[in-house]
Amino acid sequence: MRKFEAVNLEKFMKILKIIGWSSALCLSAMTLQAQETNEVGQFKKQLQQMQENFDKVTRAQQQQIEALTKKLDELTRTQLPPIAVAPVKTEEQKKLEAELATELAKDSTTNAASKSATQSSPLSAPWSASQPLTIARAGSAYMNISFDALMDAGWSTESDPSAQLQLGDHDPQKRGFSLRNAEIALDGAVDPYFKGFANIVLKLDNNNETDIELEETYLQSTSLPANLQLKAGQFFSAFGRNNPQHPHQWAFVDAPIISTRAFGPDGLRNIGTQLSWLAPTPFFTELSLGIFDGQGGTAHSFRNVGEDDGTGVNRFAGRATIDRNLRGPQDLLFTPRLASSFEVTDTQTLVGGLSGAFGPNDTGLHSRTEIYGADVYWKWKPANATEGFPFVSWQTEGIYRRFGAGSGADLMEPVQSENLRDWGAFSQVLWGFKPRWVTGIRGDYASGNSGQFDSSDAFRGERYRISPVLTFFPSEFSKVSLQYNHDHGEKFGTEHSVWIQLEFLLGAHGAHKF
Amino acid sequence: MKLFKLIILFAFVPFAGFAKLNVVATTTDFGSIAQEIGGEKIDLTTLSKPTEDPHFVDAKPSFIVKLNHADALIEGGAELEVGWLPPLIEGSRNAKLESGKPGRVSCAEGIALLEVPTTLDRSKGDIHAAGNPHFMTDPLNGKIVAAHIAKSFCQLDPKSCDYFNANLKKFNDRFDAKMAEWQKLLAPDQGKDVVSYHNSWPYFAKRFDLKMDIFLEPKPGIPPSPSHLAEVITKMKSGQIKVIIVQPYQNRKTAEAVASHAEAVVLDFPSFPGSMKDTKGYIDWMDFLVKSLAKGFQARK
Repeated sequence: MRKFEAVNLEKFMKILKIIGWSSALCLSAMTLQAQETNEVGQFKKQLQQMQENFDKVTRAQQQQIEALTKKLDELTRTQLPPIAVAPVKTEEQKKLEAELATELAKDSTTNAASKSATQSSPLSAPWSASQPLTIARAGSAYMNISFDALMDAGWSTESDPSAQLQLGDHDPQKRGFSLRNAEIALDGAVDPYFKGFANIVLKLDNNNETDIELEETYLQSTSLPANLQLKAGQFFSAFGRNNPQHPHQWAFVDAPIISTRAFGPDGLRNIGTQLSWLAPTPFFTELSLGIFDGQGGTAHSFRNVGEDDGTGVNRFAGRATIDRNLRGPQDLLFTPRLASSFEVTDTQTLVGGLSGAFGPNDTGLHSRTEIYGADVYWKWKPANATEGFPFVSWQTEGIYRRFGAGSGADLMEPVQSENLRDWGAFSQVLWGFKPRWVTGIRGDYASGNSGQFDSSDAFRGERYRISPVLTFFPSEFSKVSLQYNHDHGEKFGTEHSVWIQLEFLLGAHGAHKF
Repeated sequence: MKLFKLIILFAFVPFAGFAKLNVVATTTDFGSIAQEIGGEKIDLTTLSKPTEDPHFVDAKPSFIVKLNHADALIEGGAELEVGWLPPLIEGSRNAKLESGKPGRVSCAEGIALLEVPTTLDRSKGDIHAAGNPHFMTDPLNGKIVAAHIAKSFCQLDPKSCDYFNANLKKFNDRFDAKMAEWQKLLAPDQGKDVVSYHNSWPYFAKRFDLKMDIFLEPKPGIPPSPSHLAEVITKMKSGQIKVIIVQPYQNRKTAEAVASHAEAVVLDFPSFPGSMKDTKGYIDWMDFLVKSLAKGFQARK
C-alpha cells in the first residue's frame, strides 16, 4: 500500500514538473514573440534608412557617370589620332610596303612558324568544342550543336566514278559537283553518369535527292569503376584508326580502298555496345571489345543481305543471301581491339593497334567472316609549334579479310562455297609545312585470291592508287583540299581523277582526339 | 591475428603517411604555382610545353594515363584547353577529376575575364565565348589562382593543410614585395603604347596601365600583310612608339623588320614560365617580363 502511494506521489510530482516546465516554456515563447515584434519594427526602420541612403548614393553616382561620359566624349572627339583618318598611300608608303613584302617572304621561308603568337588572343581559340552557335552559348546550353558540310567538285577519266573507283559512301562519286556529307553533330553531358553523342548525316545521292542516315547515336559512361568505360548505341567500331573517324577528319577526300573492301561504303558501324579498359601500364594501353548486332549494309562483310540483283533476289559476293536472324550470341559481331601509345621523344608520339572483327555472314547457314587489322600512327610536332604547325605525321593500316562465302540460298542452283581472302594496306604521310597549309600523299593497295563471281564484284581484284593532296585551312572552321588520284585496277585499267573538296563548319567544333 | 593486423598497418601506413598528391596542370603558369604551394607533398606533371600554344596541344594518349593517375587537375578553363582536354578527361576514366570535385581546379573561376563578346560572330575571327582566357598575365590573378590551388590541396590532403597554407603565405609575401617593385618600375611608363604581335596581353596591359592595342596581325589569327605593317609603322612613328613585344622563337623577324623602320626595340615576351632562362617560376617569369619591358622603355628614351 505504501509502496503504491509512493508511486502515485512520484507520478504527481512528475506531472507538476511537466506543467511547470511547459508554462515556463510558454512564457518564454511569448516574451520572444514580443521581442520579435520589437525587432521587426527596428529592422523596418533600418531598411528604410538604408534604402534612402542607397538611393542617394546611386543618384550621386549617376550624375558623376554622366558628367564623366560627357567629358570623355569631348576628349575623344578632340583627340582622334591622326593616323586613323583615311589612309591615302604616298609613294613612300608604297615603297615601304614592297620592302616589307620581300622581308615577309624571306621570313616565311626561313621561319615556318611565322604566323602568330604562342599565346593567343580572345580571337584565336582553334578547336573549340564549346564555341557554339549563338543560340547555344558555351556553358549555358545542355549540348553543343554543329553542322559540318563537305562539298566536292571534280572530274575523272571514268564517266561514272561511283561504279568502280569511288566506293566510299562519302567519296565524291560523280563528275562535276556533289555533296556527300553534311552532318549535324550533337553532344553533351546527359547526367553525372553519361555523355551523349549523335551524328545525323544528310547527303545528296547521285540524282541529287537527299538521303538521311543516323550515322551515330550513343551514350558513353563517365564514372565506371576499375578503369572501365561503356559505350552503347549506334556507333563506329573502334577498328583501326581510319574507321572510327568521320569523313571530315580524314586528310583525303575518299575512303582507303581496303577499308571499303572490308567494311563496305559506310565503314563498320552498327548498333551494339563496347566495353573498354585502360590497362594500368606506365604507357597508354587500352583494350576494348565491341559487341554489335552485325546486321545490314553498315556491317558489310557480316549479316548483310546485299543488293537486289534486279530479279528480286538479294545477292552478296555472287550468292543469293539468306536473311538470317540471331540463333544465339555466336551470331553477334565481335570486335576486339588493343591499342598502345609511346612517347618516342618529347616531340614524337607513336600509337599502334591491333583489331579484329568476327561474325557470321548471310551467304550460307554457317558461313562466317573474320577481319584482322594492324595500324600505326606517328606524329612529330616541334616544341615551339605555332597553332599546331609545322608537323609531320605518318599513318599506315593493313587489313586482312577471310570471307567464308557459303553456297547461297538458292537450292536449285547451289554455288560452291569458297573462302574469299582479301588483303591490302594504305600508308599516308602528311606535312603541315606552314601554318594553315598541309600537303600529303597516300598510297593504297588491295588484292585478294580469285573468287567465282569476281567479275561482277567492284570490291575485288588487284588495285593500287596514288593520291597526292594539298589542303589549305582559311581558318579552323573551313578547308579547301585539292587531290589527284592515279588509279590502277585489274578490272578497269588506269584512270585519273581530280577532286576539290570544300568544308565549312558552323557551331561547336569538337575537340580533336589524337 | 594481432601480428597480421600489425603487418597490414605497417604495410599501409608508409603510403598513407608519405603519399604525394598526383597533380596534373595544363600549362606551366598553373603548374609552377601548384609546385610552390604543394612543395614536396605533390608530384607535378605539366601537359603543355612552355613554348607551345595552349590552344593547340595534341591530345596524346600518354596524357590519358597521366590523368588516370591524377588526384588533381589544374586547368585554366574558359575555353583555354577546350580543343584537347575534353577527350583526355573522357579517356582518363577518373572520377576524381569530374567537374565540381575538389580535384578539378578551374582557375578561371572567380576571375573577372576581359573581352567577353556580346555577340558570337566568327566573321570577326575566332572568338572565346567566355572571354579572354589568358588571365595569368595579370599577376594579381596569379595570386587568386594560388589561393584557389591551396584550397583544393587542403581538401585533398587535409593533414598537410598547414603546410600548404604556409607555402601559400610564403608565396604571397614574396609576391606582394615583388608586386610593389613591379608597379614602381613601370610607374614612369604608365599610359605608354606597346606594339605586340597578337592581342595576348590585355590583362598585363590593364594591370600596369599600358596601352597594347596595336598588333602586327591585321586580324586575330591572320598573318601580317605588308600594307598592314606599313600602317603599323606609320602609327609607331607618329605616336613615338618604341617597343615591340614578341614570343621568343616565333615571328621575331617580322617584328625586327618593323622595328628597324620605326627605330624601335624588339623584346622577347614569353607567354609561359619556363620557356626562357630564369623564368621558371611564376614570379620569376613576371619579374622577367616587367624588367625587360622597363629596360626596353629606358633604352629608347
